[in-house]
Amino acid sequence: MIKTLQKSTWVYLFTGLMLVLLPFFKDERWFLFLMIQIFVFGIFAMSYDLLLGYTGIVSFGHAMFFGVGAYSVAITLDRFEPSFMSLLLGIVIAMAVGGLIAFIAGILTLRLKSHYYAMLTLALANLFLVLAEKWRSLTKGNDGFTFQIPELPGGLEDHRNMVIYLFCLVSMVVIFFGLKRLTESPLGKILVAIRENEQRVVSLGYKIMPYKVIISVISGVVASFAGVLYAISIRFVDTSVFAIDMTLDALLMTIIGGVGTLVGPIIGAGIIEFAHHYLSELSDVHWIFERWIILFGILYILVVIFFPSGIVGTINHKLATRKQRKKEDEQSDKLAS
Amino acid sequence: MTNTLLKLEQINTYIDQFHILQNVNFEVKSGEVTVLLGRNGAGKTTTLRSIMGLNSALSGQIVYKDEDITKLPAYKIAKKGIGYVPEDQGIFYDLTVGENMRVGMRQEDEATKDRMEWVLELFPDLKKFWKKPGGQLSGGQKQMLSIARSYVNDNDLLLIDEPSKGLAPVIVEKVIESIEKMKEKTTVVLVEQNFYMASRLGDSFFILDDGMTVHQGDMKELRENEELKRKYLGIA
Repeated sequence: MIKTLQKSTWVYLFTGLMLVLLPFFKDERWFLFLMIQIFVFGIFAMSYDLLLGYTGIVSFGHAMFFGVGAYSVAITLDRFEPSFMSLLLGIVIAMAVGGLIAFIAGILTLRLKSHYYAMLTLALANLFLVLAEKWRSLTKGNDGFTFQIPELPGGLEDHRNMVIYLFCLVSMVVIFFGLKRLTESPLGKILVAIRENEQRVVSLGYKIMPYKVIISVISGVVASFAGVLYAISIRFVDTSVFAIDMTLDALLMTIIGGVGTLVGPIIGAGIIEFAHHYLSELSDVHWIFERWIILFGILYILVVIFFPSGIVGTINHKLATRKQRKKEDEQSDKLAS
Repeated sequence: MTNTLLKLEQINTYIDQFHILQNVNFEVKSGEVTVLLGRNGAGKTTTLRSIMGLNSALSGQIVYKDEDITKLPAYKIAKKGIGYVPEDQGIFYDLTVGENMRVGMRQEDEATKDRMEWVLELFPDLKKFWKKPGGQLSGGQKQMLSIARSYVNDNDLLLIDEPSKGLAPVIVEKVIESIEKMKEKTTVVLVEQNFYMASRLGDSFFILDDGMTVHQGDMKELRENEELKRKYLGIA
């Protein structure tokens, strides 16, 4: 297992290094922006995977954390001068508020059965959406607002997009390894056990609520940070960050990539963002490509039917089966000789 | 001085609108294997779940080590030293054997590690398949893992629900041998339909019928009482 783990870690690190080098070969603005969106939504989808894939919690309101993160940093940079101190303050506020909301929402709702929890999170996210629409003095309502981000020192300002690209990439890599460590820790194993059989975990002597609240807070903080990166990357924020579409995107990315795998949601984010970009470009060819969400609906149904474990889940399953078969063949060869 | 470890007095348990346990009484003596017998649907599993706090009793009293545990939540009851091996074994399929065992450990002190070593000697297959996911084990291996996991903590009482269910006779024999060794160290309440297993392991018995305790006594008495076996257990 250690050997496999090291091998997979090397693969992840190598991929990370390739992504670091990528903008030095392809630095068009649209491409960097597309990649930044993949990193941002990769982080957001990973935070969703913590809930859905590792703890079995279905949330329809995950966008509220994303939105809180985006608005927190945007408002801080808008109200104060756009310095690195303000940016840091905005990030800290975003993560603290995201964590606090996740904690309160968790305490209030995680006692409920899964479908009631899903409905209540949807209602909470809508509450934030309405709040953002109505509290115009702070959020400027549906119109949203643009804001300045700090100027980069030296000649870096000329390569602003590349710096944001690298910042988002490093954030995604650090969060990925942090969450990987968490899910492989004893806490992660208890979360998987909770997902599989909650009652059994209780009868082993665990009080489940604290575990669910802890993971909900971690997930909320990570989702808020994704919101921060999103706002910084487009230097604009409006109420769409609280929309149900955001949560559905995270759900889609997680399911297509592979639930409970962490790397799957990143791949899912990549597929969806790339497909979104290229399918939209094909709208001149046929009107259906303008309605790319219909195509995703079909893709989602096909994935759920034919690959319920998602891309990474299916690959993992096939590799495990192959390994098992090889082991059995070796054993029978030994017996035969 | 009494050596009663667990006592159920006038226990009434409902599942939804159904009155499953109706004034159930029984007691378990320290160091013994007490067998709960009865036909399907008699309330045996619900009795164990009521003791464990998974289907809390609406009235009556469950006393464990002279403490009323009737209204305690399941996780607190488990921490008092009661281990539960459910009918479906309760294995976590996506966790390996080792991870299943570790999740079952409430603490990692020397005593727990010693018990872990002891159960792994008792069930060597678990050591062999340590890194195998729980979902890939055979029925017998799952049962062994479930029993082993309940013993790894410092439990004074194990509630084991139908350990022979769905297992081949040769595996049942292995399970019997392991519980025989365990009973030297802990008290067991065993729900069992397999009368051979029940009579081999049991010291005393209680028969449940339609949610009521209808008979109790020493296992020896039941072995010799054909009428009782025919009436309540359907054994000709």
